[in-house]
Amino acid sequence: MSAERSALSDADRKLSRVRVPFVIGQVVVLIGLLVAGLGPMLWLLKAAISPTQDSIRSPLGWFPSGRVEWQNLGTAWQQGHIGYYLGNTAYIAAGTAAVSLIVCTTAGYVLSVLRPRWGVLLSAAILATLFVPHIVSLVPLYLTVLKLPLVHTNLTNTFWAVWLPPAASAFNVLIVKRFFDSIPREYFEAARIDGAGSLRVFTSIVLPLSRPILGVVVLLSIISSWKDYLWPLLVLTNPDLQPVSVALPKIAKVTELNIQLAGLFLALLIPVLLFLVFQRAFLRGVGLSGGIKA
Amino acid sequence: MLFALPVLLVFLVFSWGPIVKGLVMSLQQTNLVDPVKWVGLENFRYVLTDPGVGQASLNTLWFTLLALLFGFPVPVLLAMFLSELRGRSWLYTTLAYLPVITPPVVAILLWRFFYDPSPTGMFNSILGTVGLGPYLWLDSPSSAMPSIVLEATWAGAGNAVIIYLAALTSVRADLYEAAELDGAGVVRRVWHVMLPHLRGVLLLMLLLQVIGTMQLFTEPLLFTGGGPQGSTMTILLLIYNYAFVNGDYGAATALSVLLALVLAVLSAVFQLATRGWSTE
Repeated sequence: MSAERSALSDADRKLSRVRVPFVIGQVVVLIGLLVAGLGPMLWLLKAAISPTQDSIRSPLGWFPSGRVEWQNLGTAWQQGHIGYYLGNTAYIAAGTAAVSLIVCTTAGYVLSVLRPRWGVLLSAAILATLFVPHIVSLVPLYLTVLKLPLVHTNLTNTFWAVWLPPAASAFNVLIVKRFFDSIPREYFEAARIDGAGSLRVFTSIVLPLSRPILGVVVLLSIISSWKDYLWPLLVLTNPDLQPVSVALPKIAKVTELNIQLAGLFLALLIPVLLFLVFQRAFLRGVGLSGGIKA
Repeated sequence: MLFALPVLLVFLVFSWGPIVKGLVMSLQQTNLVDPVKWVGLENFRYVLTDPGVGQASLNTLWFTLLALLFGFPVPVLLAMFLSELRGRSWLYTTLAYLPVITPPVVAILLWRFFYDPSPTGMFNSILGTVGLGPYLWLDSPSSAMPSIVLEATWAGAGNAVIIYLAALTSVRADLYEAAELDGAGVVRRVWHVMLPHLRGVLLLMLLLQVIGTMQLFTEPLLFTGGGPQGSTMTILLLIYNYAFVNGDYGAATALSVLLALVLAVLSAVFQLATRGWSTE
């Protein structure tokens, strides 16, 4: 992430009055980040395999009673159904990403490549929603899902209730459209001359060329759906469909602490592993989101 | 035209529709059982005279203020520092980003345990080793909100760090070189090149953070449920209670519209006031 040079020049870095405080600073910051970033996670791992009394009486101790309870993880997985809820969460996240992809790629294609005359209007109407705080539509959105206009279907307790609303994301449409804008228009013209229709141009030119940005959209929508709590709490009242975020607070109320902490650890494990694997794409996505908002 | 169908349908049903419906509903009395009744500004009058709303507004403002004090400077300084690192900076950014990856519910349940008010609680035993505490954390009306802010800051700082870092990588190297040739020391290079470059992003993040913190919900709900003694009841928690506990959808949307108005006015004023500053 570093530029060719920053405020400190190579010459500065050799000066001891710059180098010494800088190195000390690095150590201090690294320790701080280790404690704040990794600390809670490592502690949770330790607590997940500790007896409840150890975690309560001396949270800082290293297995004070000498007992290590690996079975906590299994118990949380089985008895707390953490595995099942994680499955729901993954299913919700995958569906959200898929629906979002369909919406923002087709929208980007219309606005960036096909450019119909009413495209400007559509573009403005989508952009305008960026400026309306989500809170205005929380309650009416809930009522919409309760009884879909015209078709009068109740979407609550179906996964459509969590898949569809996040797809109305002006931000996703915007970043995808911007990416499509950067594809040279000669490609489309050449394809047209070769006799390709709109659908063909979309599936064999635009989509394959856009893999990086589509990856970012998928990652961002998976993260936000994985983190979401309020919306699934409202629209998925059937415990069999709930994601792990909604299930955990309920499990916490009725389960012993060691099993509860084991459950938290399991729920944390997957996002962290995913992050470590896709780290670059994650951080680029976030940087991008800041760039766009700016 | 076929390609526009998904976006049109989804936005119509789940974005444009609900926004309009929200404005309309704030003028109606509706509980989904009785027939809908037009009540004009009655919902707004009801909401504005509810003493709970005043308390929740003050709590929300208090949270926003605390969040800015705790949460705004740290990521900026951290990003400025990290942008000077060569080589191992990925390790630092990864560590800084781990709390952001933690699902909020997991983080809150974990921190609720950390905030155990007994002397053997996690934070109390750490502070106890240097002779401080024990503190009540979430159990006292005066420290509950700062405790929530502390957790929220921990959870959100990494995001801001990455955004500032991305902005800093776009500082042109020749600006630093020119400053250096003019004899500017490290401190002056940071002050006159780095900070001015960040100004636009800083202002934007400031606004986004204020808007974000004013919509605080999950933390107070799961940490304290709005207590103790209403000290962590926020506007959004109140909206949730109006709608999904009392079934008064009119009051809930009226309060939502008011909050949205405040946020809109705030952004507009902020944009106008800072228009001259953010250009480089």
